[in-house]
Amino acid sequence: MVDSRVIEKLEILADAAKYDVSCSSSGSKRNNKEKGLGDSKGYGICHAFTEDGRCVSLLKILLTNHCIFDCAYCVSRKSNNVKRAAFTVEEVVDVTINFYRRNYIEGLFLSSGIFDSPDYTMERLVRIAKKLRIDHNFNGYIHLKAIPGASDELMKEAGLYADRLSVNVEMPTEQSLKLLAPEKKHIDVIKPMEYLKKEIIGYREEKAQNKKAPVFAPAGQSTQMVIGATKETDMEILGMADYFYQQMNMKRVYYSGYVPISNDGRLPMIGTPVPIIRENRLYQADWLIRFYGFRVNEIVGFDQPHLDLDIDPKLGWALRNLDQFPVDINTATLEMIKRIPGIGHQNAKKIVAARKFNKLLPEHLQKMGIAYNRAKYFLAVPHPFSIQKDFTSVQIKHQILSLQNSKYKSDFSSQLALF
Amino acid sequence: MIYDGTYQGWLTAVFDSYDYKLNEVCFLKEKTASIPLFATPHDVITDEIKATRVMKGLKQRLSAEGLKNLYKVYLSEEEKSEEMMWRFVKYVFDCKENIEQNFSNSAVWEVKKLAKKVKREAHRMEAFVRFKLTKDNLFYAIIDPDHNVLPLISGHFKGRYADQRWLIYDARRKYGIYYDLETVTTVELEFKLEAGSAKFIAEICDEREEFFQELWRRYFSSVNIKARKNMKLHIQHMPKRYWKHLTEKMPKI
Repeated sequence: MVDSRVIEKLEILADAAKYDVSCSSSGSKRNNKEKGLGDSKGYGICHAFTEDGRCVSLLKILLTNHCIFDCAYCVSRKSNNVKRAAFTVEEVVDVTINFYRRNYIEGLFLSSGIFDSPDYTMERLVRIAKKLRIDHNFNGYIHLKAIPGASDELMKEAGLYADRLSVNVEMPTEQSLKLLAPEKKHIDVIKPMEYLKKEIIGYREEKAQNKKAPVFAPAGQSTQMVIGATKETDMEILGMADYFYQQMNMKRVYYSGYVPISNDGRLPMIGTPVPIIRENRLYQADWLIRFYGFRVNEIVGFDQPHLDLDIDPKLGWALRNLDQFPVDINTATLEMIKRIPGIGHQNAKKIVAARKFNKLLPEHLQKMGIAYNRAKYFLAVPHPFSIQKDFTSVQIKHQILSLQNSKYKSDFSSQLALF
Repeated sequence: MIYDGTYQGWLTAVFDSYDYKLNEVCFLKEKTASIPLFATPHDVITDEIKATRVMKGLKQRLSAEGLKNLYKVYLSEEEKSEEMMWRFVKYVFDCKENIEQNFSNSAVWEVKKLAKKVKREAHRMEAFVRFKLTKDNLFYAIIDPDHNVLPLISGHFKGRYADQRWLIYDARRKYGIYYDLETVTTVELEFKLEAGSAKFIAEICDEREEFFQELWRRYFSSVNIKARKNMKLHIQHMPKRYWKHLTEKMPKI
């Protein structure tokens, strides 16, 4: 192996893979077998953080960035003038093992441009995963891209070696896909998702019956949508995400703020800022749906198709629903406490545990690390003689906003003006 | 209470404090002992039976997690952490029921908070250890954590790297944990200053070591998206004090 060529290839193929935002290494428990290499504990580890603040958990690369497709949003599109490279199966295995042994990574996230045919591409991805698991007794995390159009047999094999499989929908609506990737249709990605869903559920049921049954993609499947390249509203995006969670049993839906990579009239120009705040608000909304018991139509609706950029969606909901407040944390249900702005999932659980011992007062909350300055507008006051003013939602919003200082503050006005 | 700095020693000190019916107690490790004014010094002789009795009492009143949190506070090595532990233990023994979730009580909350801090650093060390491979097939790493986290991470590394010999060395506390393919043992050794020098590394390291370090550095900079630069977040996740032992943050040798 010529080292300098491997370095160059890694630079090209890591650069091409970085727009896939998933870097999760959690959700899979894989024990070290017979003194082999590695384990997965079920919680992820971020081994490093790039200068853009994102977690580096996996060796995230493309097998090759040669691709027969010409999707406008993709940096590896056929017509884009970029350096091309391809790893051999052995090279990927060697780098993965050596990075893992040095504790640089939790495992491998392998994707690829489509060369020749979907089956030809998928077969190589599967071969790498198989080599790692069988030849190297590797028990670290493996995330493989499921290539749409690959045969069921290959998909099935992939699931038996990988912890997670993903098919990226990329464009939230069919119209956008038609505009930017006319060769593709939504059904092309929905079909493999449905297949994976069926297999994941099937194997899980079998495992429940028989402990020795093999596992199939134990960390489930995920997908990604590009945000801000096309005109979708947050309502459409979250609606699509909800569909994936409900209908496809997705473990995660990722939102990738579009980074302009080419001068294509159909897309935002190079130099257009990445919609980082919008992306962040979508993740917050996603969390509300998955962990806080919110329904999509509580967060966005036809009268308000976009999330607020200046405040988070939980605060937004609370301000639109002041009739639900104030909440008495000493008697309210856990579900309702979780809905109070400034009180997160973990803190809500702590409140419920701690209130069994004695009545909780504001000073207790402050001590427990709750964002009291945010929460106080929504709490029933336990002191009988203290005065609580009735604020309007606009007043509360201004008071809370005056407390926080965001480096993106200047961006709010310009972005808000668009809507 | 002047004790030998071990957890057993501290538990013995708790036993003695109860024995002498003391309420206001402060704890000193032998080597640092400078006794406060108006205090009566007491030398604790570490005693396994006494320590076990205190432990047994705690076990009856705390969950496994509560017990572990107390140990983490001990490992924090922060100033006044022993007094914090003492307040907590007193409260535990004062109550019949398990009080570890009474978060509005300061003694409980302080312990919970500091234990969380230690746990966080232990998790960080699981992430930030960077092994280098030597010519004789030993993967070694140097860390410099604020808290004494080696006892908390040894199981993680043993489970994960079961088929390679490794050594993780705490440069601040001058001891390491070493895995010989069978068990993990504590080793005390002095790393020479030149351990970080290019010449030394070239001499002791496997011939492909430098290549993989360079590959990792290049990988690390390739996955960065410049249009999303956010140094504040970067430093928040990877505090500068850890950089000196992180391959990707070190210039090429």
